[in-house]
Amino acid sequence: MEWLETWGLTVTVFLPIVGALLLGFINRDNENALKRTGLAVAVITFVVSLGVVAGFDFGAGGYNSYQFEVNETWIAAINANYHVGVDGISLPLLVLSTFIVMLAVIYSWNHWEEPKNPKAFLILTLILATGLNGTFVALDLVLFFIFFEIVLLPMYFMIGIWGDKTPRKIPGFSKMHETRLYAAIKFFLFTLFGSAFMLLGFLALYFESGNVGAERTFDIPTLTELGASGAFSGPGNFAFLVFGAMFLGFAVKVPMWPLHTWLPDAHTAAPTVGSVLLAAIMLKLGSYGFIRISLPILPDEAVSWAPFIAILAVIGIIYGSLACLAQTDMKRLIAFSSVGHMGFVMLGIATMTDVGINASIIGMVAHGLITGLLFFIAGSMSHRYHTREMARLGGNMKLMPVMGGILAFTAMASLGLPGLAGFWGEFMSLVGSYNPLEGLSLGVFRTAMVLGAIGTVLTAGYMLYLLQQVNLGEPSAEWEGHQFHDVDRFEATAWIPLIVLIVVIGFFPRVIFDSTTDAVTSLVEMAFGGETTASIGSLTRGG
Amino acid sequence: MPYEIDYLALGPEIIIVGTIICVLLLDLVLPRPQKYWTATVAVFGTAIALLPLGALAVRGERISMFDGSYVVDEFALVLKGLFLVAAYVVFLQSHSYIESDRYYQGEYYFLLLSSLLGSLVMASSRDLIVLFVGLELVTGPLYLLAGWRKGDLKSNEASMKYFILGVLSTALLLYGMSLMFGLTGAVLFVDIAAAVEGLSASPTLVMAILFMMVGFGFKVSAVPFHFWAPDVYEGSPTPVTAYLSVNSKAAGFVAMLLVLYQALPTAVDIWAPMLWLLAALSMTIGNLSALRQTNIVRLLAYSSIAQAGFMMVPFAAAAVSGSDLENAFGATLIYLVIFAVMNLGAFAVVIAGANKTRSGEIADWSGLARVDPILGVLTAIFFFSLAGIPPLAGWFAKFEMFRSVMIADPATIALAVIAALNAVVSLYYYARVVKAVWLDDPIREFPEGSEAAPSGSLRLALGVSVALTIAIGIYPSMAAFVRDAAQVLATGN
Repeated sequence: MEWLETWGLTVTVFLPIVGALLLGFINRDNENALKRTGLAVAVITFVVSLGVVAGFDFGAGGYNSYQFEVNETWIAAINANYHVGVDGISLPLLVLSTFIVMLAVIYSWNHWEEPKNPKAFLILTLILATGLNGTFVALDLVLFFIFFEIVLLPMYFMIGIWGDKTPRKIPGFSKMHETRLYAAIKFFLFTLFGSAFMLLGFLALYFESGNVGAERTFDIPTLTELGASGAFSGPGNFAFLVFGAMFLGFAVKVPMWPLHTWLPDAHTAAPTVGSVLLAAIMLKLGSYGFIRISLPILPDEAVSWAPFIAILAVIGIIYGSLACLAQTDMKRLIAFSSVGHMGFVMLGIATMTDVGINASIIGMVAHGLITGLLFFIAGSMSHRYHTREMARLGGNMKLMPVMGGILAFTAMASLGLPGLAGFWGEFMSLVGSYNPLEGLSLGVFRTAMVLGAIGTVLTAGYMLYLLQQVNLGEPSAEWEGHQFHDVDRFEATAWIPLIVLIVVIGFFPRVIFDSTTDAVTSLVEMAFGGETTASIGSLTRGG
Repeated sequence: MPYEIDYLALGPEIIIVGTIICVLLLDLVLPRPQKYWTATVAVFGTAIALLPLGALAVRGERISMFDGSYVVDEFALVLKGLFLVAAYVVFLQSHSYIESDRYYQGEYYFLLLSSLLGSLVMASSRDLIVLFVGLELVTGPLYLLAGWRKGDLKSNEASMKYFILGVLSTALLLYGMSLMFGLTGAVLFVDIAAAVEGLSASPTLVMAILFMMVGFGFKVSAVPFHFWAPDVYEGSPTPVTAYLSVNSKAAGFVAMLLVLYQALPTAVDIWAPMLWLLAALSMTIGNLSALRQTNIVRLLAYSSIAQAGFMMVPFAAAAVSGSDLENAFGATLIYLVIFAVMNLGAFAVVIAGANKTRSGEIADWSGLARVDPILGVLTAIFFFSLAGIPPLAGWFAKFEMFRSVMIADPATIALAVIAALNAVVSLYYYARVVKAVWLDDPIREFPEGSEAAPSGSLRLALGVSVALTIAIGIYPSMAAFVRDAAQVLATGN
């Protein structure tokens, strides 16, 4: 497996964009060739990423050690390198990313939204895949920044071209605007706003690393080492400003309340596949950034920001859930549920403990699978009913029993039913906030725990509300005489793997924890000096 | 006193002079249908002028002539290369545009080549007089070229406006220079630098610097001296606008930085606040004005005002905080080169798109990508590159700009924040063009012939720009030699 060792990650990252170039040479009318090439590229990428999993040494996951590393000079003048590698934290997210992209290509096989054009859509999907995979393996701040930004362009076009065409009134404009146009530029501007400041933060780290270390560097492992040795924790407000700048970049992407307002618009307006990729993978770029960059490089500053992050996270949980209860549009409800779920992820991170960070990673993976599936279902249903108004959708169970069943299952997973994947992230981040890192205010975190627990009840509330509105009851009179075809084979092919994984992770969370625990524990020990509580440590190991 | 003249070092200038003479003679003897030969000669002459640059770069020594007034070093070579390549692309863009008007083809290329010659001279100048002559040779022909479409009122207005304000700025610049000469008794940059060091900040010195800054401010259309730019850009033929916003702007920029960096490094306290203000105002006002534009050329005019602001940021930041100017100079040069590449591409797109839609209104471009997806992709590439979205070349320009302002000083941090906010604002109007082309439904039928591909020379211009935009974006080390060139200037004296 010599070849995989050096080329595995590079292929995973760049094969999709090479595939996108290939698609450029295929005639746009030759739909079959386009779809087959796109699928082949996505499948090979997924298989290569599985090869990385197979070759990954799970026993060697120590602090700041990466596998499948490649480190080549890229921009010599500023000491930025093409440095990629995976550890136990990024591995599950990388596989999640290649996996979901593959399913998205399968699903889109016969679900082309207006104005169709499979060629352009597949090209954008594959460019997006390169950005997503790249962000999870980048070990250089400049490289990370580039991949982090690459995802913007394809997503802008996806929302803008294939998005929701309903006209709507935008405050400040006299004319009506189509939702897709508003949502696309809002998404773009919000993210760019955050990442402009994130870049300033990266640059500040670069210069400071020259003062406290051997040379100026963008290298994440080197900066992590410097951070753990306290190099950036000197007097003055350097660390505060840098953490704040990076916080803006990551928090917009997560998104954390109050920077979340782009999310409901973008997710609702995007075409189905776009919503799936947004929710399942793109949101994780932000929370991953916290775990990979903010926490290890500026540990002391992270600890002093922790209560603030926890408070915002809890506000996100409660606010997102309450907003869900007020929705009439099924897709918008699912979109808002992401605000709540990502709140749990951020709460886990804020505890700065191994339990909490493990919770946040499994929460990310579970949210990717579950919310991805929910958006698939919402897309398929509005494809058939031509509406997303829950008031009109009632009785779905009678019209499409299989689809209704899958929806019910996924909603249960989303509300955190024990035995399904969604449970672990929520439960463990609450456990983590009962017992946060020593020195953190117990009052704040235990209050957060209580409020988070109330949030889980609210989550159950809106998910059941969704089921009651959409699945139960009698079909409304307007659907009388309509023939609805239930789940088709492409939908089934895309969804069954997700369902299986949701169950598997629900019962055996150690498929994730086996990968993450070592890396997370050593991160917490080295960065925060936190000791891992034996009882809870065994919980994360045993499952 | 006899001078040692290195003819190889003057090679590019000599070849361009030869080309100018050829174009004039050809124009005299060729019958009207054959006048397109003048274009061919201009294109090839410009390409050939790149050859001695290559030879000089290989030789790699610093050649100083005429008592140090005229220097050919790596810095001058990089700039000459930039001016020649940019002019080459502009000639390619001009070919079909000018030919369709069927008049004064020979004169068009003669004037543009003369302006190019001016920029080559300017790049080598190391004293006030050569600098002034070079700079005026750049702008002089452009007053005429701005009025090229003589049947069009807007073009006449452009020419008139540009001429009057241009002459005003020249007068101010010259006044500042003569004050400086009166103070120091020197025209050579090195001598001025030595003399200024001994001077206290007298009102005369401040006046001299202020007048020169205002003069340069007009040349680079920095806010608040920018009012001419949008009207002139809109009225001029589009290839001339491309030349104005790339070559002539770059020439003004380099002249300003040369004077500040080489002649006045010791008077940094006087010009630093002025530059800070120019940078902050240009970015902010340029961007905010661009938001309201409906015409694509006017939008690009304001965008290039804002971009000029970004270009001044590194220098202003370094000057205000009293840190090393050398790094800042490198960042500005890299920004200048990358901006030239992507802005030329954007103008090539404007020419091709205006051919198809017969309009410069952004609204009329709606749905253009459905008629011509390739042009649509190019529009997205150049406009998003201008906005600084990776992996297109613009990101590295912005990155270098931000990198050079990371100095712990309240004034520079403020400038960094202003720049970051402006980078976000600028995305909105660049994206508006892309939105019209890709996302909007066509609001009217496209005129006949809009399916036809652009002319061969325009395709070549687009191809060169897009290849460079993507290549520099993915592998920015390509542009690193520019930074070395800036260092040569720092250590050369």
